[in-house]
Amino acid sequence: ADIISTVEFNHTGELLATGDKGGRVVIFQREQESKNQPHRRGEYNVYSTFQSHEPEFDYLKSLEIEEKINKIRWLPQQNAAYFLLSTNDKTVKLWKVSERDKRPEGYNLKDEDGRLRDPSMITVLRVPVLRPMDLMVEATPRRVFANAHTYHINSISVNSDYETYMSADDLRINLWNFEITNQSFNIVDIKPANMEELTEVITAAEFHPHHCNTFVYSSSKGTIRLCDMRASALCDRHAKFFEEPEDPSNRSFFSEIISSISDVKFSHSGRYIMTRDYLTVKVWDLNMENRPIETYQVHDYLRSKLCSLYENDCIFDKFECVWNGSDSVIMTGSYNNFFRMFDRHTKRDVTLEASRESSKPRAVLKPRKVCVGGKRRKDEISVDSLDFSKKILHTAWHPSENIIAVAATNNLYIFQDKVN
Amino acid sequence: MFVRGLKRKCFDGEEDIEGTLAGIKAIPSYNLQRQSLLDMSLVKLQLCHMLVEPNLCRSVLIANTVRQIQEEMTQDGTWQMINTQSTGQASLDRLVSTDILCRSSREQAEGKHIPGYSTFNKDFEGDQTEDSSETMSTASSVQAPRNLQSNMWEMENPQENKGNFQKSLDQIFETLENKSPNSVEDLFSEVDNSYYDLDTMLTGMMNNTKMGHCDGLETFSSPATTTSNSNCKSDLNELDHIVEILVES
Repeated sequence: ADIISTVEFNHTGELLATGDKGGRVVIFQREQESKNQPHRRGEYNVYSTFQSHEPEFDYLKSLEIEEKINKIRWLPQQNAAYFLLSTNDKTVKLWKVSERDKRPEGYNLKDEDGRLRDPSMITVLRVPVLRPMDLMVEATPRRVFANAHTYHINSISVNSDYETYMSADDLRINLWNFEITNQSFNIVDIKPANMEELTEVITAAEFHPHHCNTFVYSSSKGTIRLCDMRASALCDRHAKFFEEPEDPSNRSFFSEIISSISDVKFSHSGRYIMTRDYLTVKVWDLNMENRPIETYQVHDYLRSKLCSLYENDCIFDKFECVWNGSDSVIMTGSYNNFFRMFDRHTKRDVTLEASRESSKPRAVLKPRKVCVGGKRRKDEISVDSLDFSKKILHTAWHPSENIIAVAATNNLYIFQDKVN
Repeated sequence: MFVRGLKRKCFDGEEDIEGTLAGIKAIPSYNLQRQSLLDMSLVKLQLCHMLVEPNLCRSVLIANTVRQIQEEMTQDGTWQMINTQSTGQASLDRLVSTDILCRSSREQAEGKHIPGYSTFNKDFEGDQTEDSSETMSTASSVQAPRNLQSNMWEMENPQENKGNFQKSLDQIFETLENKSPNSVEDLFSEVDNSYYDLDTMLTGMMNNTKMGHCDGLETFSSPATTTSNSNCKSDLNELDHIVEILVES
């Protein structure tokens, strides 16, 4: 199994898609809950697997284009088929996933093997009928949106109008119409005229969940810009600018790096945005630009280790963050296969671990704790024993239930609320 | 690459380093640690130029860190020369482009005495340029305290360093666990001469190969002299070069 690079539930939570470093997409479907066993929640089983992207070679630059799937985003369901967008560094693809469980039998002009029948031999006409067959799930690429990005695509976001979507790379954001693949509109461009003056890149972007004219994008300098597409065709001037003033007592050479935002997500309500930087998760009110309304420490014990983390490149890890369905709890990953949840109302938080050793099926996860100094209690783990190769970068939360999907390198964990 | 635990310490554990900068300058090892961070950053930028497709965000963040260090070193170095220059940490907003920064530093540096080149390895002593007026004898063990002069690198004749180039790179990259010496030689085999300057500047990392540069810094007990502005001058030239690499990639 390959390293999982993205995880995403669809809008009903019935399907869960994962993309991996090898360009494959695996979709899981939730079992229908049976009336016979009302206490047994639906489990997720593999529904479809397909190769979304292949490795390519850019002959002009003599560089390989990785097939790793950076992001998957589902479209809302409008008919029996499912549609999703998947992207690697350069190309976005629209995939249709559909089921086939019946096939027509009884053609007049061809027999069951498909061979043509001799028309002169046909004496009786019959009406073909649909007969059940084994369920077949097929994935077909419906659109390929290519050649629009010079830099690496880091985000895609489907607009609430369901007709357009955007793709963002390090320096530009493009707006697409699903029906048109040979054209896209550039709506943000922060590339300086002289590349030597480049000091800031786009790190993530997302459309507002309800207002189809509004989107946000985050930067490597820890800022978020909200743009209104009605103002102008090129949204280089932001409508709102979110930045927290720097704390002078915490200033170091690593301040900028750890302030770089790795993920930005609107709340389901559309009133808040959540950002993830290296050490914290922040919740911002769209109506207040000068500071976040909430800040949660993910793993503050790493603050004194920043030099080592810079040396081994861990400081550049891009963690994602997610809201639960009611926007009351937020979740993000950490190292040592730990992930953290913060309840915004009770202000309680918990650290859990996604690993085979620490979780047996149906067993309740035990909260974990990192010991920051002094005496280490029996169940605690000390900072120096953390495994920095086991990082949880990608997680997803079911849109309405307490079901979470956690990607731990090449393993996918699905956790559910305990059923009483 | 470190995957299990974080045994090596650099700035780690020294909270005052991450505190306000004004108070730190009295600590002797701060300049050393800052220099080490600069060296590490430049090596990282070099490496990501060599990789298949450099991650632009990472490169930009590292380049900004290098720029920050340069700025601070510029202020330290020219502090005594230019009385009117503000001592506060220049905000990055005022940094229009590195070209301007380099130019003003160079102009200020003209006519100033260039301090000697410090070495930590006997092999290098014979290769120093005519300009170095002082060379330090080295102890074989990295643990022994040294009189550390500021690292300085001239625009030296590449040929002089060529003999040591491969060897020094090997020693540097021994500390980077994910690179084997052979692969590094392959990486640099087609490098043009301008990279040699980076090498001489990085000789400050040489002595630390046994312990890792982070640990090695903590063993220095003697105070470092103030960084000279020629230190920044050479480093700023290097930054120009690194930025060129970023642009071309």
